[in-house]
Amino acid sequence: MELVNYLYLASILFALGATTVLLRRNAIVVFMGVELMLNATNLALVTFARMHGDITGQVLAFFVMVVAAAEVVVGLAIIVTIFRARRSASVDDVNLLKS
Amino acid sequence: MNAFEAPVIEWGVLMPVLVVLAAGVVGVLIEAFVPDRARRTTQVVLTLAALVGSLVSVVLLWDRVTTEGYAFVVDGTYLLTPFTLGIQAVVAVLALLGVLVIADRTRTGQDAFAPTAAAVPGTTYEDAAREAGLQQTEIYPLVLFATGGMLLFPATDNLIVLFIALEVLSLPLYVLCATARRRRLLSQEAAFKYFLLGSFASAIMLFGIALVYGFAGTVSIEGALFVLAHPESQVLELMPGLVIAGVLLITVGLLFKIGAAPFHTWTPDVYQGAPTPITGFMAACVKAAAIGALVRVIFTLAAGLDEPLRRDLEVGLWAVAILTMLIGTAAGVVQTDVKRMLAYSSIAHAGFLAVAFVGFSEVGSQAVLFYVLAYGLATLGGFAVVTLVREQDAGGVVLGEATHLSQWAGLARRSPWLAAAFTLFLLSMAGIPLTAGFVAKFAVFSAAVAAGAWPLAVLGVLASAVAVFFYVRLIVLMVLTPRSEDAEDAGAADGGSAADGARPAEGEPSADGGAPATATLAAARSTLARASVVVVTSRGPATVAIVLCAVGVVLLGVVPQMALDWATQAATFRPLQP
Repeated sequence: MELVNYLYLASILFALGATTVLLRRNAIVVFMGVELMLNATNLALVTFARMHGDITGQVLAFFVMVVAAAEVVVGLAIIVTIFRARRSASVDDVNLLKS
Repeated sequence: MNAFEAPVIEWGVLMPVLVVLAAGVVGVLIEAFVPDRARRTTQVVLTLAALVGSLVSVVLLWDRVTTEGYAFVVDGTYLLTPFTLGIQAVVAVLALLGVLVIADRTRTGQDAFAPTAAAVPGTTYEDAAREAGLQQTEIYPLVLFATGGMLLFPATDNLIVLFIALEVLSLPLYVLCATARRRRLLSQEAAFKYFLLGSFASAIMLFGIALVYGFAGTVSIEGALFVLAHPESQVLELMPGLVIAGVLLITVGLLFKIGAAPFHTWTPDVYQGAPTPITGFMAACVKAAAIGALVRVIFTLAAGLDEPLRRDLEVGLWAVAILTMLIGTAAGVVQTDVKRMLAYSSIAHAGFLAVAFVGFSEVGSQAVLFYVLAYGLATLGGFAVVTLVREQDAGGVVLGEATHLSQWAGLARRSPWLAAAFTLFLLSMAGIPLTAGFVAKFAVFSAAVAAGAWPLAVLGVLASAVAVFFYVRLIVLMVLTPRSEDAEDAGAADGGSAADGARPAEGEPSADGGAPATATLAAARSTLARASVVVVTSRGPATVAIVLCAVGVVLLGVVPQMALDWATQAATFRPLQP
């Protein structure tokens, strides 16, 4: 199979993730969109690494996984705090701050 | 298969970052092992010591880096240029002042942070934690980690490290934003917005990095440019469009961090909701660090791109600069909240900074260095003043900050010194002569004129003129408008701010909508609207920070030559010779 197909898949997944972030209301789902974007990037990275025949891309993918894990910790903590205070995790309800 | 070789690492060059990150780790251990009573003092001392240590290492490295042009570890994975070192110095100084404000507990004996940030607002658990006098000293290690990320951010040629530094500086800030002692729903909301938008921006940037890597087979910026300039060395038959798209996405990530339009929308909400000392720290230091990284990336790119591509890049920067200046000043004019107004002012400043980019010259990067220092001092000082102006309920209990503009009426009569300092900071932000802001703006606009971008400079001057209006309006409010005991009257009575009168403080809660939990907040707000305004005295650190910021602003404005020489020395651009 052509390696470039993986790149197409990665782009599609990235676009899906970005669309999720922009369109969905539930904070958890929005956050899943961000995670999907990160994982799409990982797929692109390892594919590029395979194409170039060097391991930098794979190393970068590992870093991304670690960062994504750290982001989940912080992100879920914030979303859960918001949910406990307001009984809602909808991004539309979070609107006390506005001009 | 080759075995891994241990890289040779020159630890001395890493010192400015290492000291701060190591102190952050020690700070986490302190949380676990030092008894309750001594914990806060230990943390504050450690944090200040670490930042001073970092500043000292920058100074020690200065001569070497400015004479040799650069110093690096592991092929530019960590790369110090004089400019980077200059940014690190600015970040360290501003962080030091920021920590002083963060550490101040004022005469109320309470700092700006929730006793336990995990407690749900308005529960008995929260009350119990408050009465037990708990305090969240994790703030200090978090600040150190964020500062470490900021010091690393502009100091690399490697896109992996750039991404890691971005996350190391962002993640602690997301948490810090959620920790305010008062108006906790707003604070959590700020963190929520900052986090979702911030992680979205960094995911976009990461995809850009992947594209650049796919194009060039390397994550070094210089390496990618080399491949772009020598198509024959390209391993894969991929289109050069890949690298353009990649660079665009990376720039988006960086522009988000400096709060430049059209990626600025998070700024007002986050600056308003976050605990004020953190807002000051964030506004000053993050902007300095992110601008540093942006200058490194953009200037390196510009040096390596061919003429048509460089022109495209310049057009993009023009658009960003114009849009940012316009949005920052236009929206700043109609704000009724001090913190929000300062947030829009910080957006406008991001626009002025972007003006200096045009031309990609040494003069430009020199102007950027001076500007972030001048802007950082004024902003930090400004937010430090905001932490001291508080509301007070009928029983004399000091509440949160009095952020509505009408509450600032007549401040100059009650605490002339504080009002004088705040006036000075506002004048500096406006760019009035004899303050740092004037010299900084002059440097930026003359850099733009030197690069032939005089329309941009003219627009910049016009935007500054509009911005003067809302800074001076606040000064007039503080100095000339008599203080009215009743906040409702103040809102309607002050002639200097007709826009405020249309929306008195009390009218706000109704706009909040019907979400059930917002009732607490609405109730809190309506009590606040009736509260009188009081200036709490600092226990020292914040006063020291305000005085230092004020002295800095005046010195940079009256005798700027030393700092300008320093910036010139730092901004001499020498391309990296691998």
